[in-house]
Order: sequence, then C-alpha cells, then structure tokens
Amino acid sequence: MTDHSLERDTSLAAVGGGGAAAVEAGAGAYAYDATQQAYESGLEVEVRSQWYYARKRFVRHRLAVASLIILVVILMAGFLAPWIAPYGFEGYDVNHLEQAPTLAGGHIFGTDLLGRDYFSRVLYGIRTSERVAFIVMLLATVIGTAIGMVAGYYSRWADNLLMRFTDLILTLPALAVLLVAAALMGKGDQYRVAIILSLLLWTTLARIVRGQFLSLREKEYVDAAKAAGAGDLRIMFRHMLPNSVGPIVVFATLTLGVAILLEAYLSFLGFGVQPPTPALGKLIADGQDVSSNDWWLVTFPGLTIVLIVLCINFVGDGLRDALDPTQRVRA
Amino acid sequence: MLTYIARRLLYSIPVLIATSFLIFAGVSLIGDPLGGLKVNPLASQETIDHIRAEKHLSDPIPVQYGYWVRDAVLHKFGTPLLSQQPIWDDLKRVIPHTLTLVIAAELISLLIGVSIGIYSAIRQYSVFDYTATTFSFLGFAMPVFWLALMMQIAFTNLFLAWHVRIFYTSGLSSVDPGTGFHWVLDRAQHLAIPIMVLCVLNLAVYSRFMRASLLEVVNTDYVRTARAKGLTEQKVTLKHAVRNALIPVVTLAALNFGALIGGAIVTEQIFQLDGMGNYFIQNLFNQDIYPIMAWLMVVAIAVILFNLIADILYGVLDPRVRYD
Repeated sequence: MTDHSLERDTSLAAVGGGGAAAVEAGAGAYAYDATQQAYESGLEVEVRSQWYYARKRFVRHRLAVASLIILVVILMAGFLAPWIAPYGFEGYDVNHLEQAPTLAGGHIFGTDLLGRDYFSRVLYGIRTSERVAFIVMLLATVIGTAIGMVAGYYSRWADNLLMRFTDLILTLPALAVLLVAAALMGKGDQYRVAIILSLLLWTTLARIVRGQFLSLREKEYVDAAKAAGAGDLRIMFRHMLPNSVGPIVVFATLTLGVAILLEAYLSFLGFGVQPPTPALGKLIADGQDVSSNDWWLVTFPGLTIVLIVLCINFVGDGLRDALDPTQRVRA
Repeated sequence: MLTYIARRLLYSIPVLIATSFLIFAGVSLIGDPLGGLKVNPLASQETIDHIRAEKHLSDPIPVQYGYWVRDAVLHKFGTPLLSQQPIWDDLKRVIPHTLTLVIAAELISLLIGVSIGIYSAIRQYSVFDYTATTFSFLGFAMPVFWLALMMQIAFTNLFLAWHVRIFYTSGLSSVDPGTGFHWVLDRAQHLAIPIMVLCVLNLAVYSRFMRASLLEVVNTDYVRTARAKGLTEQKVTLKHAVRNALIPVVTLAALNFGALIGGAIVTEQIFQLDGMGNYFIQNLFNQDIYPIMAWLMVVAIAVILFNLIADILYGVLDPRVRYD
C-alpha cells in the first residue's frame, strides 16, 4: 500500500478546511480525525467529490486550459460560420482575384483564382469538420464502450471474437481500409464519412474498455454487488462503468482529433466530403494545383487543422492526468 | 529457437487466410464488383454478362472467394476488369519504388528518433527535452499531406529563386536519368523530400516512445547495480539501459509499417511517384475491385511478415522470452 491509496480513501470522505491540508500531507489517519473534529465542532463541511478533484487537477494544467479556450473559440467560430464569415462560402470578390493575405484588404487568409475569400471558406470548413468529428466521437465511443463492456464482462467467446476481429482489422493500414470503404460505398455526404470513420475507430476503445472490465470484474465491490443480488446490467452500468469513465473520456477527446485528421485525408484525396460541402481537406486539395504561387491557399487551411488537433491533444493530455485518481492534487 | 520461428510461421497461416477472406468479403460486399464497368459507356451488356460468368459473380460469397483464391495463386491475381494489363505486372513495377521510400524513411527516422529519445531521457526536462516534446506534439497533429505540400512549395520556390537543383519536387526520375551512379543520384534527389516527409511522421512516434521506454529502464534495479559497480555513466546508459529500452521500440517499428504505407499513399500522390499508393488511388477512382483486393493482400502479407520479424527479433533481443 502506498500513500496514494490512503490519499484516495480520505479524499473520498468529506473533508473540511483543516482536513484538506492533512490530505496533502498524505496522512490518512490524521485527515480522518480532522474531519471528525470538524463535524463535532459544528463547522460546515464541504463535500468534495472525485469530479471536484479532477476539475482541480485539470485547471492546474495550464497548457490544457489554454488549449481548451483556443479550441472552444475555433469550434464556436466554425459553428457560427454562416453568421460571422465576412464572405459566404461561395461568395466572390471580383476586385481581389488571387490576392495574397493582407490585413488591410480584408482578406486575411487571401483569395483564390475566383476571388473567393479563404478566411470564410476555412470557417465553413471547420464547421463541416467539427460536425463530422463530433458524430464520430459519439458513435465510436458508444459502440466501443458497449462492445468492450460485453467482451470484458462476459469474456470467453465474445472476448475472443472481439480480439481476433480487431487483430484482423489492425493488419491493414487504417487509411487504406477507410479509403476502400469510402470509395466503394459511392459518393455521399458528410454523415456517410462520419459513419465510415466511426466503424473503424471504435475498435481501440473496445480494447481499452475490455481491459478495464477484465480487471474490475475481479474487484471486491463487484463480488459484493453480486452477493447483494444485483443483476449483470446493474453491475456493469452502476458499478463498473463509472470506474472506467476516465479512459473513456480521454479516448473520446482524442478521437475528436483523429477524426478531424482522417476526414481531412479522405477529403484531400477526393473520397471524403464531396463538394459543394466545404471541408478543410478539400480546400487544401483545391489550392494544390496553384500551390507554388498561391502558397496561402494550402498554408492556412492546413494550419487550422494543425491548431485544432494540437489543442485537442493537449486537452486530452490534461484530462488523462486529471481523471487519474492516483494523481496527487497539488493545492 | 528454430521451433519458435516455425511455430510463429505456422500461426501466421490462419491469420493470412482469415485476412484474405475478410478482404474479399468486405470489398465484395460494400462495393459492386461491376461498378466500374456499369458506368463505362464502352462496355456492352454482353461484356458485363461475360465477366459476370467469368468471375462467378452469381455464386455465393464463399464460393466466389474460392475462385478468387485460385485466381490469385495460379494466375497472380489475374487481370483488372477494365484492362488486359495483368495486375501482377503493375504491382511488380510499383512495389520496389514504395519499398525504397518506406525502408529509407524507416531506417533514417529510427536512427534519428532513437537518438533524440535517448538524449531527451538522459536530459529530462532540459531545453532540448522540451523542444523535442513540442515538435513531437506538432508531428502528431500534422496531416502528412499538408506537410508534403508545404515542403513541395518551399523547394519549388527555392528552385525558382536560385535556379539550383538540389531536390526534385515531382516524379521518380528525370527524363534522362543516366546510368550507374548518376541514376542513383537522380533517384535520391527525387526521393529526398518524400522521405523527409515520411520521417517527420515517424520521428514524433519513435522519439517519444524511446524516451518513455528509457526513462522506465533507468529506474530499474540492475541499472542502479551497474552504477554501484562504478561503471561510467556512458557505459551504464549505452550498454545497460539503452539496450533493454530498445526492445519495445523494435516491436513498434515493425507495427508502424502499416502507418508508413498509409503515409506513402498520400505522399506518392503529391509527389507523383509511381508507387503502390498511386496505383491504389488510381484503382479506387476506377472502382475496380480486383486490383484493390490484390493490393490489400500484398500489404496484409507485408504487415504479417513484419509482425513475424518483430516477434522473432523480440525473442532474440529479450532473453526473458521463452520459446516453448
């Protein structure tokens, strides 16, 4: 037993002002005494949940917080594109054809051969990308969690089937599988792209959740719940799932970034979101033909992707630390 | 040791069979085998019916699979739907090009990535470590095709500005590549940028992994013992710690092969290289499933082979692995 586990036990209990300092010192017994004292002296006792500590740990991660703020700004800008974009997605400015980015001229990302404002186009592209990414995150997380739970809890054949199937999928490069699916299923819209991506991306989470459930299954509290007569579903959803929420949340966050990247790959190669729907990958592909002159047509949509994915990865990192209950809260 | 290799080889056989069935069933079910023909105005109904009979497309999937396997083994994957050029002839031409690209990128990035990882781990939390970490985060967030395009733009403009040809930005070789040393030099000038692009993709992965792996090993008892014996720090790190920290990196490098092929698909597309990626994309646009399935099979065999090599290397490098 290390001081980590002691700390976790006491942090679960309600601790008052004096108790919190004691927890920091890692002295479990003393913290308990302090709590008792706080109760007996009639002081108000603030309840601190695991979420409270997670939030506290996350806020301490400055890079993650800064990334979260930038991410929210970018995603909101994409969401509000129809209202805030200075020009429409297909709007032309015939006076400024193929103009390099300027602050003064009003085209901060430049314009293309037809005089379309690339800043507006990038905003619309973010809008499509984030929509795809959120659908993928939702679908992949739900499918992956469900299958991982079944495989981890019931084990045996369900487990074997899942592991062998994911092994086989992993034999092929993810991009190749995606391209085949996207190319052969015929042209479609962004929702089709989202579904194809989710059908591939759930496998990682299924393996993570399976691993969690395999170890949680052996815990005493699961035995206790069984002895108390709880059904399988109740044990899985009320007892085991809340204890695997950390890895699931982290996976969901990182999936957002992976989905944006993969969608960009597909759209760039011409098998993803089809025109006229705007997409960041497609914008880069459009700029490719004139790239040696009009470098800005490639640079800015790409930088946007890098910035979004970078922020998502930092937030994911922050969440990973924050949701790990064995991490110390440095108050 | 030999029995271990033999058993691993035997184990690959069912994996290969299962993968081939998955590829065939998956591709046949989601795609229309005749899709590319139906949109072709030159293909008459007669031709379509003829091909349907020839490829046994009216039979159930497992039966079709049997015919496909026979075709693959006896006739080297046969011919595509849309032309009479045998699939294997095309593959035979493009595979060496992609292999040159991928193997060069793998070796260079392993060498540099592992070095960066070791130095980052030794000087943990130093300026170098933080810089390397920042760059690897950038590497993880960057779409390969964008990096490739940016490099292409940069080097094209360099050439236009100075008229000195260091690297070519498109194609596999010049119109007149010459012979012998000149040919090799010409090819290297063409492949240099694509290899750099693929390296960046890998460097982030390898350096991070090596750093984590070494940091784990440095805190083990036997490293402390080595220090206590009075060995120099250099000897402790290079002879004792790094050797063991390298073991998981070898596995990662083999498993990373799939990702490299994925990277090669987009890189070849941008630099107009006549490699596997280009061939794959071209047939995806044609909706011709036979070359696509052949391509997937070749890649799957390569990945299984690399996994096999990784397992064997693991056995060689790690004395704790038992062979029985």
